Amino acid sequence: MSSLDPSLSIANPEPKNTDAIQKLGLALASLGLLVLFLAWGNVSIPANIGLPIALGGIFIGVAIYGARSYANQPEGIKNNGVWFKSLTSRGILGWMVGIVLTGFYVLLYWYPEFIGYKPGANEGLVKLFDPLSMFFKGTAASQWFVYGTLYTLAITSLGIKFMYKYRHNRYQLIRTVVVMISQFFLAYFIPEILAGLNYNDVTTASGDYLGYYNTDIKNIWPLDYDFFHDWQQDAFRQESYQPLGVLFLFIGMAMFLVVTPVLTYYVGKRWYCSWVCGCGGLAETAGDPFRHLSSKKLGAWKLERWLIHGVMVFVFVMTAATVYGYFWNTGEVFGLNIYENFQKPYGFLIGAAFSGVIGVGFYPMLGNRVWCRFGCPMAGYMGIIQRFKSRFRITTNGGQCISCGNCSTYCEQGIDVRAYAQKGQNIVRASCVGCGVCSAVCPRGVLKLENGPEEGRADLPPIIIGNESIKVAE
Amino acid sequence: MLTILLNWLWSWLRQVGYIDHGFLIDRSEHRHWLATKNHTFRIISPVMQHIVIIGNGISGITTARHIRKKSDHHITVISGETDHFFSRTALMYIYMGHMKYEHTKPYEDWFWKKNRIELKKAWVESIDTSGKLLTFSGGETMKYDKLVLATGSKPNKFGWPGQDLKAVQGLYSYQDLESMEQDTRGISRAVIVGGGLIGIEMAEMLLSRNIPVTFLVREASFWNNVLPPEESEMINRHIKEHHVDLRLGAELKEILSDENGRARAVVTGDGEEIACQFVGLTAGVSPNIGFLEGSGIETNRGIMVDEYLQTNAEGVYAAGDCAEFRTPNGQRRPIEQVWYTGRMMGEALAHTLCKSPTKYEPGHWFNSAKFFDIEYQTYGWVWAQPKENEASFYWEHEGGKISLRLVFDKESRQLLGVNNFGIRLRHHAFDKWFKEGRTVDFVLEHLADANFDPELYKQYEGEIISRFNQEQNTNIRLKKKSWKRILELVS
Repeated sequence: MSSLDPSLSIANPEPKNTDAIQKLGLALASLGLLVLFLAWGNVSIPANIGLPIALGGIFIGVAIYGARSYANQPEGIKNNGVWFKSLTSRGILGWMVGIVLTGFYVLLYWYPEFIGYKPGANEGLVKLFDPLSMFFKGTAASQWFVYGTLYTLAITSLGIKFMYKYRHNRYQLIRTVVVMISQFFLAYFIPEILAGLNYNDVTTASGDYLGYYNTDIKNIWPLDYDFFHDWQQDAFRQESYQPLGVLFLFIGMAMFLVVTPVLTYYVGKRWYCSWVCGCGGLAETAGDPFRHLSSKKLGAWKLERWLIHGVMVFVFVMTAATVYGYFWNTGEVFGLNIYENFQKPYGFLIGAAFSGVIGVGFYPMLGNRVWCRFGCPMAGYMGIIQRFKSRFRITTNGGQCISCGNCSTYCEQGIDVRAYAQKGQNIVRASCVGCGVCSAVCPRGVLKLENGPEEGRADLPPIIIGNESIKVAE
Repeated sequence: MLTILLNWLWSWLRQVGYIDHGFLIDRSEHRHWLATKNHTFRIISPVMQHIVIIGNGISGITTARHIRKKSDHHITVISGETDHFFSRTALMYIYMGHMKYEHTKPYEDWFWKKNRIELKKAWVESIDTSGKLLTFSGGETMKYDKLVLATGSKPNKFGWPGQDLKAVQGLYSYQDLESMEQDTRGISRAVIVGGGLIGIEMAEMLLSRNIPVTFLVREASFWNNVLPPEESEMINRHIKEHHVDLRLGAELKEILSDENGRARAVVTGDGEEIACQFVGLTAGVSPNIGFLEGSGIETNRGIMVDEYLQTNAEGVYAAGDCAEFRTPNGQRRPIEQVWYTGRMMGEALAHTLCKSPTKYEPGHWFNSAKFFDIEYQTYGWVWAQPKENEASFYWEHEGGKISLRLVFDKESRQLLGVNNFGIRLRHHAFDKWFKEGRTVDFVLEHLADANFDPELYKQYEGEIISRFNQEQNTNIRLKKKSWKRILELVS
């Protein structure tokens, strides 16, 4: 199809005129980013001014840009030029963004000092966030505080852009509001407040660290793979964290054992993956422009099943070893050091490299759901429920499919939706996160996400509806 | 040596008709992707034949796939257009950058080999039906036992002066897409002639590249030979909302050429000259049958077929856009140029070729389209003007982009057809309700079961029914959506 690739230029070869308001939005967001880069480069910016400009500029700028870009066109699907734009078709811009993101994650996980994290005397980027961290919890920022703030900013600001883009679609609007609220309150605001109230993560006046436990209730084991780690279990029980510590321990167990299977049975794994989860939230908002980059090949599906279930087994084994070690206090299982052989490799390979570096860094190359599709053990767990014991399905509307391919192309999970729809078969797949975009982009009204009786959920009709030639008895 | 001998023996036996009624047992290694599971041995069709299909569109490919499901015949699909089957209806999305060509292919490239469907990229030049021989444009030949013509359509040209200039074209084939890509680069205006489905698609395509469009529609309102006035008017408004220069009641008189033989302007029926660098001719399509001249295969506008899709020539069939029925099926047109009908013909024809003679018996009519941002579905028959016995109820949302029309018999109140714009409705529901002869009152009462809009969408059943009650003096109450009933619709 080289003849149809319009050009190699970075810019869209047929640029729509960017009007003054769009430019204003872009300018504000760029200003915000500039402040972040300057701070990173240790340019001394008074944090009291710099931080609001950075965060506010990005948030307001993106919102203005999104509103102006979509709101002055008739509402509808906005995928024009997706495969022509450099950013969204693995062009030069895409690669640049991918490399910057990947690099950021490498620094964040393994070299936080390069973004200015110096306990006691932060510098650069991390230092810029000190006032906000002080405001929440009275301590200087860590690299994770910076990351959490930027992550939440990305989901909320690009979530607004997404909402303008899909403003005709109430499923998308409500889902996106929920995912933004979940991120802002459950993952960011409440945990930071709780930390400020000394319910976790406390260092006493005498310098004793009382330990940390996760207060983001939607970060559920096995996605939250260190839930059972000794330090976290100890922190849950830490006397000065009560009664909240044990409450969070209880919530964490219930989320995995009760809430997840029950909700997944009733509505599919989407209640989590595209409505609540932080990884999913980022994928659906910031990652939305890259959703079509996921591979739909049969080979990719085969790889996916090995990988995601492999990771799931890995986390189960790692956790079993951890729990064994915790209760029997051995530090070893079958003569293997639990930390060295289980926890550390999982944390490095899966927790950091896979979910972070590849999961987000590779958005512009492999699509926005690499981690969710190939790695996430929580998704694997819910996928098994969704595939075998759930009321959720994507219903195919009789014989109306024209095999155009929009659904498959825009499926971020790489499901070949069309393969089912063109046969008149409903889609029941472990990996579907229920984002609803296949249904949205379908030009013929063929796909509907819904929850209904399990009976006949995935039956394959013998012949397309509307054709009477061949009797079913055949 | 042995292979050669066996092959020779095989073809000789076939020639003399010795094995005409024998049975072949499928070898177990031929169990494939499409085959039913758990059959180590399958008794397959009487004789292994070479079935050649000309055309790799939806009709030809559906035929091929279903032949493979049901038999072990040697299948060859010939197309000069592309190597592989792609979704013709998705051509517009390639131009608009929603998809690339590869995304429009419903099956991965390995699929064909795996299912032993041989693909040949060539143009057929002539057919010798008595010798059962095809001749390709390169002079090469191919023998067949059964031939399926699924050659689709070509855009209509009505003899307009200048219709063959450069940058003047219709939109049907992959080659049309390529030339449109070339000829619309950097242009400042395009004119589209013909107000139908392809015309409005072309307008949407061009606008996606920010090319201003003048849209000449001969009729007084968009597609009003198919759509009733209200729906047609809704689409007129929507076309204008997208800043298309819509000219209703405007005809093309001629296309003017520049010094290089490229279109530079059109002249309309009332003499206005509109400067443009591209002209889209979208006044319908007609069967692509030029190459059949002299073959002895009977044609009219299309290839004449009976209800078994058989032509006058022995062993030659036609399916899809190119077929014309000697006796039209019910109220259907003799030539059906729709994705869905092509697919149904393919299913029926494969059954005829592999099992027993099977008529093409489409059930209740359905169709769909999308006009820029407004989706359209239709079930049953809704005519542009209601017939004598028909009553029509129309509801339109105040926003002017959502509507529902129900056409029913005045006497029996039986539902005859539905047009829905901006609302999605369940195909199963209407198919079943038509079969059961349900009344419009029953359908309205159960409208919530048929709603196929995404979850959390605002629902309009209540509003629709209260309007209906008001107009028709009825007292219909909407029943709550019932999964029990919905599952019964599907079964």
